[in-house]
Amino acid sequence: MRAALALGAALTGVALTAALVSLVWVPHDVTRMAIADRLQGPSAAHWLGTDHFGRDIAAMLMTGAQTSLAVALVAVGIGMSAGVPMGLAAAARGGWLDEVIMRGNDLIFAFPALVIAILITAVFGPSALNAILAIGIFNIPVFARLTRGAALALWTLDYVRTAELAGKGRARISVEHILPNLAGLLVVQGTIQFSLGILAEAGLSYVGLGAQPPTPSWGRMLAEAQTMVALAPHVALMPGLAIVATVLGLNLLGDGLRDALDPRRSPDA
Amino acid sequence: MIRYLTRRLVALVASLGAASLVVFAVIEVIPGDPAAYMLGLNAAPDTLAALRDSMGLNQPLPLRYLGWVGGMATGDFGDSWTYKVPVSDLVADRLTVSLPLAGLALALSTAIALPVGLIAAARRGRATDGAIMAATQLGIAVPNFWFAMLLVSAFALHWRLFPAGGFPGWADPVAGLRALILPAVALALPQAAILARVLRTALIETMAQDYIRTARAKGLSHTQALTRHGLRNALIPVLTILGMQFSFLLAGTIIIENVFSLPGLGRLIFQAITQRDLIVVESVVMILVCAVILVTFLTDLAYATADPRLRRRG
Repeated sequence: MRAALALGAALTGVALTAALVSLVWVPHDVTRMAIADRLQGPSAAHWLGTDHFGRDIAAMLMTGAQTSLAVALVAVGIGMSAGVPMGLAAAARGGWLDEVIMRGNDLIFAFPALVIAILITAVFGPSALNAILAIGIFNIPVFARLTRGAALALWTLDYVRTAELAGKGRARISVEHILPNLAGLLVVQGTIQFSLGILAEAGLSYVGLGAQPPTPSWGRMLAEAQTMVALAPHVALMPGLAIVATVLGLNLLGDGLRDALDPRRSPDA
Repeated sequence: MIRYLTRRLVALVASLGAASLVVFAVIEVIPGDPAAYMLGLNAAPDTLAALRDSMGLNQPLPLRYLGWVGGMATGDFGDSWTYKVPVSDLVADRLTVSLPLAGLALALSTAIALPVGLIAAARRGRATDGAIMAATQLGIAVPNFWFAMLLVSAFALHWRLFPAGGFPGWADPVAGLRALILPAVALALPQAAILARVLRTALIETMAQDYIRTARAKGLSHTQALTRHGLRNALIPVLTILGMQFSFLLAGTIIIENVFSLPGLGRLIFQAITQRDLIVVESVVMILVCAVILVTFLTDLAYATADPRLRRRG
């Protein structure tokens, strides 16, 4: 299982590095079109070949990694920063507040990320921001439910009860004693939502609800490659492989972290 | 059970109401004047007035909301601005593609996941299990629309076994079904990967229970105990996941229809977005959300039927 964790970390590392390097350097300019060079196979000049506009696929994948990772990461941030306080408050207060927060989250849960994106796009027009918002909102109930459940279990523990007897407020206990104990759980879930976010972003930008031209994105590269599958399979192959490698990496990383953080959990169950 | 059912029904109606308020607010309140938004900047004043009139925009907001919800309750979703036909007719027509596709994908993914999860659990820790786990890990990471493109290039363009896209209608059921096979497979495999993993974990946990030890003690073999007692109990968490997966299936269907140019609900909604036909967007989104809420409700109900202890809680 250590091997899976290492593979996961390595794949995630590659995607992260590609995205970070693309901020300062890419092998070719992704906005420059060179029709004469279109649909070339891999070569020394173009490591992964070129697309139908003669753009360098390696450079587009690197810049696309930026879009994918940024959208998914910010969406996890939105989900956590809204969902975790909600879950903490619901567990600490209970009663009507718990009921209101959790029913509200049930309501959000009824709106799949794609449906949220459709709603936002229908009214505000398409943009990468829609994808971030849609996936971020979708993440909120995930973190709220997880936090509430785990926090409720912690509230029954002796040292938390002691802190309460000592006169600490419920809000302060939530921040000082409950939250630190949830860190591991949140990191693991964050990794999983990160990988789901990358899949969702790819899907959204594939159907045109995400990043807009000329911003390169893995999903849109696939949408553009679709008409040329028979002509130049590598154009459709590369972005797909990039998505699979990144998502696989994050999932392995999440599973590995969960096993590492919770030794009681048998690794193969 | 009656008390539980009443409470769940009240919650169901409340969430449907809340969801409809959200959809109404986003589509009809946030844009300010939805009619002006739909027609764009260069709309002729009389066209604008006609649309405002047909959308009932001259009425106060609460009345408009009640009219919309009341209409939906009686099956009247209003008329599409671009197609000039009732939205209910459009949706009914598109559902003849989307529903069979989603159903086929669901059946396929369950048919694949059950034996695969069962084998993995039975061979736990051995090479077979390892291979299955690795394959499902990969299956989860594959975007279904990319997988669909790969299927098209292999089975439609190269071997020419299935059409690459389009839908001939149900006049010839065999041709209709053939057009849905590749999309259904593309939807089903990633779903099956998740389902098989859940089933395996549930089975392994069930097999550690006392009653399985009893079954083994009375002389059943490991496989017999697994299929006769383990599978039935492990199906409960699988059912829950299946219910939760429904919204992914829905989203997947909408995206996959795009890959294969299938005239389903997904295509309807994307055309409506580009044509700014908010009436269609509003109704179709509401139908999708209703479907998710209903499936969640039914899953809860099935869960409570299978496990009476749950009826006492929320």
